[in-house]
Amino acid sequence: MPLSTQLEAGEEQYVLIASLDNARNLSNILKAIQFKDHATFLSTSNGIKVTVEDSKCLQANAFIQAEIFQEFSIQEDSVMFRVNLAVLLDCLTIFGGSAVPGVTTALKMCYNGYGYPLTLFLEEGGVVTVCKINTQEPEETLDFDFCSTNVINKVILQSDSLREAFSELDMTSEVLQITMSPDKPHFRLSTFGNSGSAHCDYPKDSDMMEVFQCTQTQTNRYKMSLLKPSTKALSLSCKVSIRTDNRGFLSLQYMVRNDDGQICFIEYFCCPDEEVGEQEQ
Amino acid sequence: MRFRAKMIDIGCFNHFTRVVNTISKLTKTCTLRLTTDKLYFILSDKVANGGVSMWCELSQGNFFDEFQLEGVSTEHNEIYMDLAAENLSRALKTAHNAKSLKIKLTNKHCPCITVAVELPSLSRVSRVVTHDIPVGVIPRKLWNDFKEPSVPDFDVSIYLPPLKTMKNVVERMKNLSNFLVLEANLNGEMNLKIETDLVSVTTHFKDLGNPSWGDNGSQDSTQDRDPETMMDVKVDIRKLLQFLAGQQVNPSKVICNIVNKRIVHFILLHEDVSLQYFIPAHE
Repeated sequence: MPLSTQLEAGEEQYVLIASLDNARNLSNILKAIQFKDHATFLSTSNGIKVTVEDSKCLQANAFIQAEIFQEFSIQEDSVMFRVNLAVLLDCLTIFGGSAVPGVTTALKMCYNGYGYPLTLFLEEGGVVTVCKINTQEPEETLDFDFCSTNVINKVILQSDSLREAFSELDMTSEVLQITMSPDKPHFRLSTFGNSGSAHCDYPKDSDMMEVFQCTQTQTNRYKMSLLKPSTKALSLSCKVSIRTDNRGFLSLQYMVRNDDGQICFIEYFCCPDEEVGEQEQ
Repeated sequence: MRFRAKMIDIGCFNHFTRVVNTISKLTKTCTLRLTTDKLYFILSDKVANGGVSMWCELSQGNFFDEFQLEGVSTEHNEIYMDLAAENLSRALKTAHNAKSLKIKLTNKHCPCITVAVELPSLSRVSRVVTHDIPVGVIPRKLWNDFKEPSVPDFDVSIYLPPLKTMKNVVERMKNLSNFLVLEANLNGEMNLKIETDLVSVTTHFKDLGNPSWGDNGSQDSTQDRDPETMMDVKVDIRKLLQFLAGQQVNPSKVICNIVNKRIVHFILLHEDVSLQYFIPAHE
């Protein structure tokens, strides 16, 4: 493999090396959480978690497990760095954005540790591109303290149906209201826009509903502007799980299949809109 | 001054349209020079263009079935005019299934190139779509501004990699930086490099091949140099991308000549059309 011979001299210095035969298995997932300029990368022997946050109310995480990579080696318990995500994506797609059938870009991502740039070696059709992206001081990421024991309501839906609902949402509404209940309407998305209120209901016995575990009626509102970026993850995914906890915090988990059929997860956490009380009928 | 020409072959319409489309993507306005044998689309290296210049040459005999020219005088049997290539491009859009295409110099309120496209129709009488493209006739005393550029005394001459690959990379690089360094050596290697505070990116192309220029003096002076030595030019990325993205004619080979730190010169040869494009180094 041409890329490995280039690294021979410095290979022992890298604290993290991650290689992919198809760089799209990383770039596609990152595009789905690209709503801010910067992302924090946290790598452990389990793989890489990429976090993007907005105004302390929204957090998106993409998980790429070590098994997804053709090579994954880490010399420390955990390695963390922060980079400009737009720059990283331009580098990962340096040979062009659109997928040409049968043509893939190979990637070797290397990091020397604190203070060093993130180095990418990309190869397509015999042409090699080397990118060195400056890393920033990693910032502590929020802990939304969302644990399964506090989950009150959970549904798992097929993404197809939710995609349609999301594409028809009234964007003039400042909030998206989510109602989950053991009683009708079971699962309802509501908007309150210029043309009035609109509701989209999913009955618990609908075909699209794979799991329905609602114990208590909950109605929560979330800022539409915060949830809008999640539609990218929705369009990539095949299934989505929607959970709310006792504080009204929302967890959206998207199951994404990459080009090679492997599964990765993207997760969004969102705080409820403060202007409205948590439990409403 | 008189000019009339007629084209009747569909292959010629399409080829001519592609050439004009390429020109219109490279520059808004250019100079059209007509001689009895050739058509030239010229952009001279004014400051307004940022020093970029272009010279495109076609043999009229390969496109037109009829071609009559009476220039400014018998001694100077040529016509030079300023033209917005995009207007010509638009006129030619209607020509893809034409029966014939006539181009002539006319005077309707102002000098124009009139393009008359004869389209097939069900009735015996053909439909003709006429476009009048205003032009500015350039007086003889200014013709010296439009002389053919000479091939520069280059330090390296190399074939470009496939334009599509190069265009994709330069397009991405444009998101990251305003300037790019293009470097190449006599060993068929070319690198495209950008460097900013945030990121540095280098793309390496190999096995590109270096054209031989035979008895050209520049070639001799390069014999003593180590073939691995890179010669480079730093250019405005948008100008390079404009050149790469505009190509509609699919040339088999594009030659790139580099005068170290000064200028990069591209030569495309495709059948009967030659296009040269010069990008100066950024200060």
